[in-house]
Amino acid sequence: MKRKIIFELKSLYRDSFRVTGFLFGHGEKSACIVGALRGNEVQQLYTCSQLVKTLKRLEAEGRICDGKSILVVPSVNTYSMNIKKRFWPTDNTDINRMFPGYDLGETTQRIAAGLFEEIKDYKNGIQFASFYIPGVFVPHVRIMKTGYENVDMAREFGLPYIVLRQPRPYDTTTLNYNWQVWESHAFSVYAGTTDTINHDDVTLAVNAVLNFLRKEGIIRSSGFVHEGYIASVVAENELVNVQTGAAGIIDRFVQPGANVVRGDLLSRVLDPYDGSVRSEILSPTDGVVFFVQEEPLVYANASVYKIIRE
Amino acid sequence: MIETVTKIDLPVDESLRIVKNRIQAGKGKRISIVTGTHGDELEGQAVCFEVGKRLREQPGCLNGTVDIYPALNPLGIDSITRGIPGFDLDMNRIFPGSEDGAMTEYMASRIVGDIAGSDVCIDIHASNIFLREIPQARINTHTAQQLVPMAEFLNLDFVWVHAAATVLESTLAHSLNSAGTPTLVVEMGVGMRITRDYCRQLADGIFCLMHRMGIWTGEVIAPKKPIISTDGQVQFINAAASGIFIPQVEHTTQVCRGDYIGDIVSPLTGIVVDRILSPCDGMVFTLREYPVVDEGSLIARILEV
Repeated sequence: MKRKIIFELKSLYRDSFRVTGFLFGHGEKSACIVGALRGNEVQQLYTCSQLVKTLKRLEAEGRICDGKSILVVPSVNTYSMNIKKRFWPTDNTDINRMFPGYDLGETTQRIAAGLFEEIKDYKNGIQFASFYIPGVFVPHVRIMKTGYENVDMAREFGLPYIVLRQPRPYDTTTLNYNWQVWESHAFSVYAGTTDTINHDDVTLAVNAVLNFLRKEGIIRSSGFVHEGYIASVVAENELVNVQTGAAGIIDRFVQPGANVVRGDLLSRVLDPYDGSVRSEILSPTDGVVFFVQEEPLVYANASVYKIIRE
Repeated sequence: MIETVTKIDLPVDESLRIVKNRIQAGKGKRISIVTGTHGDELEGQAVCFEVGKRLREQPGCLNGTVDIYPALNPLGIDSITRGIPGFDLDMNRIFPGSEDGAMTEYMASRIVGDIAGSDVCIDIHASNIFLREIPQARINTHTAQQLVPMAEFLNLDFVWVHAAATVLESTLAHSLNSAGTPTLVVEMGVGMRITRDYCRQLADGIFCLMHRMGIWTGEVIAPKKPIISTDGQVQFINAAASGIFIPQVEHTTQVCRGDYIGDIVSPLTGIVVDRILSPCDGMVFTLREYPVVDEGSLIARILEV
């Protein structure tokens, strides 16, 4: 393993900002794995740390295939992580809205450019991603329909679902989108939480990446890793969005992955002063609960569940 | 008349209302004055006040409809938050929204629906807390043919015709222009402050445009003739190092290539870490207002002449 500084920025009063990568193997740039792009993506950081730990062991055992190299970048936003902010500390910009970056541009454009220059030539790009609404997804791989997407390769992760996303205008400046445009096979892995750590989901995400690396011939047998699931493919726009009718305190009765039938009681929204029921949220369809929003206070019309219709 | 554009209940004993003031006389055209998408941009507040005040003073001069939307993001304005509080979302990246989307998307959809159909919309922004801007319109090349002639009546110093960017397709202006409502984006001043001269200047311009539209018969000034420029004439100066920026020029100064723009200094060591010189002859139309800079922070933009 070689530890390398991919990008560095000197600060007025803080320690230098560094994007640090961990390189395994030699030769062809086979796979790059990026963890936290935002300061609150602690689960994504931790997942990378476990991957680094595992790859270090595999490399010592000679199980990285000859002529293949893997780069892991656990965090691209240490400055925000260390002060518990999601976006860049000074101007609140999102590094994941700055790709492919610009090396003469604004600070976060430079960070994106510095990172992208290092990782754009990898054959496969994997990002541990998070959603802007706090909540928990059923673990899945997400790929954008840019015309370069490869669903069959996404199956190699062995995660239960593959979600196909039709890019929206703001997606065109994300890492995943630009990786694809630069002809890498790009995958976003969503495994569980964001700002808290769920160990089961971390294990699942690490194993998913190891499965992918093994099936792509980048590592040899990764040990006792389960083969995973035969993935179902879901179009994101076909997920059934379940919204609150009223605002208030939400009492949830189902977890991600639950099977529900039309009419099942998913949640109650309560009056925050007297506890009376303001609205009941019923499942509009038979299916599997794919996403559960996690905040205790909810707005009216807030999206609180996404369900895969059976 | 004060009208509610959309109302959403918040979790604990409060409703979020986006409101507008509709001032109407006669059957002439409709202009919408929109601001407050970013909660830290306040210049538009004074423009809305000024327009409303003049309409109150001379109601007989109006022959049409003026809709004033002073706060598209009321929670942001109230809490000094640029985005939508609670979501950490830039409101100007969620348009046109969706009727059955989450709260933010629903609000965006209602806003677009309410403004759509105006004969002209003026979407007023105030840069951010970091940069000071001269009064200017920002127009996408795709809409320049239709919008530049309108912008020339707004009494602005500058019209910047910029390249189209896919990411900007989520803005209010793009959504409205795509829906057939001509929408001009005005940028001026600086975040969290009010620059009275600029606000009066734009208010004068809005009445000039209303006069041109045939909905204002009151007295108007002869609008300034703005410099109309494309991307190629704009030079960017970004910080070469982190530090404290101390300007040596005033905003709107004419400079020559090599002129001294300012220093980035280290208060700890007393060393000038970067001496910033102008890369061209021109006017400093954007100037850094907030002193702390990271490497890459925008220091100035110069309109090359």
